[in-house]
Amino acid sequence: MNLSVEMAGVALKNPVMTASGTFGSGEEYGEFVDLNRLGAVVTKGVANVPWPGNPTPRIAETYGGMLNAIGLQNPGIDVFVKRDIPFLKQFDTRVVVNVCGKTAEDYVEVVERLAGEPVDMLEINISCPNVKEGGIAFGQSAKAAEAITRAVKEKAKQPVIMKLSPNVTDISEMARAVEAGGADAVSLINTLTGMKIDIHRRAFALANKTGGLSGPAIKPVAVRMVYQVAQAVKIPVIGMGGILTAEDALEFILAGATAVSVGTANFRNPNATVEIVEGIRDYMEKYKIQDIRELIGAVG
Amino acid sequence: MKRKEEAAVLSQECLSPGIYSMWLETGIAKEASPGQFVSLYSRDGSRLLPRPISLCEIGKDRIRLVYRVAGKGTKEFSGLEPGDTVEIMGPLGNGFPIKETEGKRTLLIGGGIGIPPMVEVARQVPGEKLLVMGYRDSRMFLKKELEDCGPLFVATEDGSFGTKGTVLDAVRENGLSADVIFACGPLPMLRAVKDYAEGHGILAWISMEERMACGIGACLACVCESKEVDGHSHVHNKRICKDGPVFPAGEVEF
Repeated sequence: MNLSVEMAGVALKNPVMTASGTFGSGEEYGEFVDLNRLGAVVTKGVANVPWPGNPTPRIAETYGGMLNAIGLQNPGIDVFVKRDIPFLKQFDTRVVVNVCGKTAEDYVEVVERLAGEPVDMLEINISCPNVKEGGIAFGQSAKAAEAITRAVKEKAKQPVIMKLSPNVTDISEMARAVEAGGADAVSLINTLTGMKIDIHRRAFALANKTGGLSGPAIKPVAVRMVYQVAQAVKIPVIGMGGILTAEDALEFILAGATAVSVGTANFRNPNATVEIVEGIRDYMEKYKIQDIRELIGAVG
Repeated sequence: MKRKEEAAVLSQECLSPGIYSMWLETGIAKEASPGQFVSLYSRDGSRLLPRPISLCEIGKDRIRLVYRVAGKGTKEFSGLEPGDTVEIMGPLGNGFPIKETEGKRTLLIGGGIGIPPMVEVARQVPGEKLLVMGYRDSRMFLKKELEDCGPLFVATEDGSFGTKGTVLDAVRENGLSADVIFACGPLPMLRAVKDYAEGHGILAWISMEERMACGIGACLACVCESKEVDGHSHVHNKRICKDGPVFPAGEVEF
C-alpha cells in the first residue's frame, strides 16, 4: 500500500503535515508524537526579526472551534536557523518553513536566509488575519498576491507553497494569481476572521478584538474552498481547516488535496497527526485502495 | 515526563457554592510537584480546548483538583462520578521552588481559586510557614487542610470571617513577616503581593494564569510580559504554561 505523495518534486512519506502555528517547530510535541511518522512538519511562521505578537488574551474557545490572535510571535530567522532547523533535522520527516513578513522585503530576506538551509519547502503566509501590516495585506488582493509570489520565487531555492486566506470573495481567483506568480503549491485555508464577546464583562474575548477561527466549525467551508481551488489550478493543493480525524482528512483528499495539515486538533490530542495517518491506512485497507494518489480529487 | 492518559475519578464533592473537589487516580501523581497543573479534556466535541487546573494535593497514585465551575467545561467535570474516567495531561508547568524556603520563614498567600494549589505547597515547604488566604466570604473551602500545615490567617471581602479586606490587610493586621512569599490568586492580588514584597525586600514567587490552548509551550497563547528575554522567541514574553506558571515576582510585568 502506498501512502506517499509528491509535491513540486518533494516526496512525503504520507500526506499528513502539521498546520503552521499550532505545533511550534515540533519540539514541545515531540514528547507525545513520533515526528518520524509525519509527512512533514510545517513550522510556526518565522520573520526576519523577532516579533513579540499581540497582547493577551490571545485565544478564546468557541462552539466546535477556537479564535486565536497570537500575532505571529516568533524568534526571528537567526535563532530559528540555529535552533529549530537542527532540531527538525534529527527526524525523518520533511521540513516546511512557514515565512511571515510585514513587507515584501521582509519575506524575501527570510527566503534568502533559508536558501542554503536543509529545508524541503517554504510556505509563505500571506493570510494571517491578526497582524496589521503585511500578511493578509498580500492575501486579499490577487495582484498583490501574484507580486509577492513572484518576488519570493525569484530568490527561493526551495519549492514555494502560498498559504491562502478564506477571507476573500473568490479564493479561486487568489489561487490562480499565485499560480501565475510561479507558486509550486497552495495551502488553504488559513483561519476565518471572527469575534467573540464576553456578555458578562461586556468586552471582547480577545485583546485584539478579532481573531482567526479554526477547528471543526470551519471544516465544511474549508472542504468547499479546497474543492474549488483544486478545480481552478494545476499546482498541488494542501488542504486544512478543522481536521480532527482521518475521515476529515479524507474529505479534503477526495476534494482534491494532495496533502493535509492538522492544526487545532493537536491541542485536543497531541497525537492526532499520527492517528490520522493510521486512520487513512485503515480506510485504504477497507476499500482496497493500493495507492493514496487514487483518492486525490476522486469525489463525484 | 509529561503524559496524557485516562484518569479514574475516585471522588467528587462540592466544597462551597461553585467550588468542587475531585480526586483522580493517575500515574501523573508520581512526577508532580506543588504549583504544577494538569489539563483536563472535555468529552464534548464542541469544546476542543483542555482546561488547565492546578494540583491541590498530590498523593502516591492520585491527585486532588479543587476547581471553580466557570463555564460548560468545568460544569461537565463537576458532574463526573466515581467510576468515570477523564482524559488528563500532566504534570505541566514548573511549580514553586520549594528549596528556596529551606531555613527560612515563608508566607503562603492564596486568593479565591488560587487557594487550592497552596495546600500541597504548604505541605511540602519544610521550614516555618504562615498561611494567609483570601476568600469572598465565610464559606471557606480547604480550611482544615490548610490549618493542618501551619497557622492560618483569613481575609474575607465582606468581613464575615477574619480580617475584612485583602490578604495583605490580613498580613498587616496580624503583623506577619517573612523571608519568602509564595502566592497564587487573581491578578490584582498578585500585583499587590509583588509591590509588597518589593517594598519589604522579600523574595517572592507568584503563580500566573492565562487562557491556554496547547498547555505545553507550543502555541504561544498564554504568554506574560517578562523582564528577561524569553528562551523561546527571544522577545519579552514568557510562556505561562511552560516557563511558568510560577515566576519570581520581579520577573513579570503586569
